Amino acid sequence: MSTHTLSVLVENSPGVLARVAGLFSRRAYNIDSLAVGPTENPDISRMTIVINVESHSLEQVIRQLDKLVNVIHIAELKLSDSVQAELLLVKISATSKNRFDVDAVLDTYGAAIVDEDADSMTIEATGDAAKISDLLNALERFGIRELAQSGLVAIERGSGSLADRTLSTQSIPTADSGQADYQN
Amino acid sequence: MSGASSLVQSLESAGVDVMFGIPGGAILPAYDPIFDSSIRHILVRHEQGAGHAATGYAQVTGRVGVCIATSGPGATNLVTPLADAAMDSVPLVAITGQVPSAAIGTDAFQEADIRGITMPFTKHNYLITDPNDIPRAIAEAFYIAGTGRPGPVLVDIAKDALQKETDFVWPSQLSLPGYHPQLEPENQAIKDAAALIAQSSKPVLYVGGGVIKANASKELMQLAELVGAPVVTTLMALGSFPDSHPQHFGMPGMHGTVGAVTALQKADLLITLGARFDDRVTGKLSTFAVNAKVIHADIDPAEIGKNRFADVPVVGDLKHTISALIPAIKAEFAKGRADLAPWLASMNKLRATYPLGYDAPKDGSLSPQYVIERISALTGPEAIYVAGVGQHQMWAAQFVKYENPRTWLNSGGLGTMGYAVPAAMGAKVGAPDATVWAIDGDGCFQMTNQELVTCALNNIPIKVAIINNESLGMVRQWQTLFYEGRYSNTNLESKRVPDFVKLADAMGCVGLTCDRPEDVDAIIKKANAINDQPVVVDFRVFRDAMVWPMVAAGTSNDDIKIAREMAPDWDSQEL
Repeated sequence: MSTHTLSVLVENSPGVLARVAGLFSRRAYNIDSLAVGPTENPDISRMTIVINVESHSLEQVIRQLDKLVNVIHIAELKLSDSVQAELLLVKISATSKNRFDVDAVLDTYGAAIVDEDADSMTIEATGDAAKISDLLNALERFGIRELAQSGLVAIERGSGSLADRTLSTQSIPTADSGQADYQN
Repeated sequence: MSGASSLVQSLESAGVDVMFGIPGGAILPAYDPIFDSSIRHILVRHEQGAGHAATGYAQVTGRVGVCIATSGPGATNLVTPLADAAMDSVPLVAITGQVPSAAIGTDAFQEADIRGITMPFTKHNYLITDPNDIPRAIAEAFYIAGTGRPGPVLVDIAKDALQKETDFVWPSQLSLPGYHPQLEPENQAIKDAAALIAQSSKPVLYVGGGVIKANASKELMQLAELVGAPVVTTLMALGSFPDSHPQHFGMPGMHGTVGAVTALQKADLLITLGARFDDRVTGKLSTFAVNAKVIHADIDPAEIGKNRFADVPVVGDLKHTISALIPAIKAEFAKGRADLAPWLASMNKLRATYPLGYDAPKDGSLSPQYVIERISALTGPEAIYVAGVGQHQMWAAQFVKYENPRTWLNSGGLGTMGYAVPAAMGAKVGAPDATVWAIDGDGCFQMTNQELVTCALNNIPIKVAIINNESLGMVRQWQTLFYEGRYSNTNLESKRVPDFVKLADAMGCVGLTCDRPEDVDAIIKKANAINDQPVVVDFRVFRDAMVWPMVAAGTSNDDIKIAREMAPDWDSQEL
């Protein structure tokens, strides 16, 4: 078993998340994380899906996903060829007494305080899974009250764009779509 | 015009000539323009019947079958035929009414999320709430259903979208950026496949239903005769290659012939054409054809490598693929090829040693296999045969002689009991000049026989042979073999109740009955002579007849039994 990050461009149409989630569920593929958001094109959304499968079934996952009519393009983003990040919001117990210690941790991880009151503060951080995990370990001693974490999002390194390569869609003349007589 | 008129005009523009359905509240606006349409609407008695009828029509004609139902229970009654069509790759468009868009999500009267329900087993589906979207959705639905690997598409339309005013504009172009079926195989794959075929000394053509969908029977014949290998046709492929051809080894799988099962098991190369290595064919997968390399040609890339690794994957339409393979193989053969003679000799000997057969019941009662054999012999290979699911289905697969594609319809993948009567109805509508025999079980028949009323009222004179063993026969067979003969809930008592002759009569059909072997031919001839009414024949057959050969579920094809406790005598075979 190994972890793979798939970047999936889908039509921004109702039900597309249910189609993808349903496919994973009915074919018994495990999703580690799923993040959906808009892209530079308002008609297209990007799903970043992290799955844990054997390499044989990775191919199956991709082919089955590709059968969904609303799925336009699928690319596997390898760690070495992509920038990957998660978003973390974490509420910790903190007061003015340990504020200095917290600040030191936050500086190390490039994290920021986005909300605070007398006995707690909420911290925002982004980064890859290892960095987020290290930050959480470092914050543990202050007492974690609540945390919210996004799925992973990822983008290919370099100047290329998945959308450029895939959105030259040819139109289908409807003459082909009517009831042709298929009989020999 | 109204959205409803736009819908009907869209269906006409898509070339629909017939549809099967039942009106109801949410779809009611559509039924008003249907009243004036050139499309023939056949009013069925249950929506499941509409779905299977559309399937039967599609299987026989190769065109997209159409069914229509209302929201809620009307739509959920289509679930089984849609799942059935998805498993057997049948091009279908289902139209359902939905509650008005403002009521969606409120648990309104007759509301069901049919788009959500059918996501797993439709090729694609739509929920339309804007009447302006209707023509595009219908055009896309027909295109998606009928191209690539065929399958069912559902279009759910909110009632207010049917009622609102709109302009009908049939799209001149479709834009489906995520849907590009690959028809042409890649040259390299064809070359690699041809090279493997030339090297193989024990090849088998493993032919699936895809050959029929692709209308590639003529090409298959050329390929088969060029290669000279044994041809096995799966349950979904019967008729794609003539049973009478000397290279035909029959059906592989759980109830396949010893020749077909063994040819696959002992082969060094499987030339797989539109088949999907279903568990009913492979038996225990890890023991299936262990010495064989695999060429896997299919239009659906996701089938390749799903169950069995493919040494040479070939994605494309089979008509194109086989047409490309033939010259490539000829070129390879010109350079030389392996000798098939020892392989063919041993396979032919095996086939001759273990033909399909059955014992006549010792008590003189009617043998179900005999009945089916005689229906085939007296009706001929131009007729269309439709089966339900169970023992009678396997016997119909084994003992009817198929010579032509699209003459054998059954529910292969989903195994839907009750498929036969409505599918036969749809088949007869699609091929009105053909004789259509539904070979059904007494269990199956009692699930969907109400469509005989539809047949009687709409001049759809199908013939139904009920193979009445008063049991859920296949389940009973498993109880005999694997549950020590403890017949829990498989006794239907259908030689007592219902009276099938009276039931047929009540539904406007001719009802006949037969329980003696000597009467079989006369009854079949009588049924074949009736062409103005549906006919139902209650063949009251020997209860304990079993389907053989058999590979028990989950076991290896090497453990095939030709009868109870009887394995083929492998030691005498030189393999």
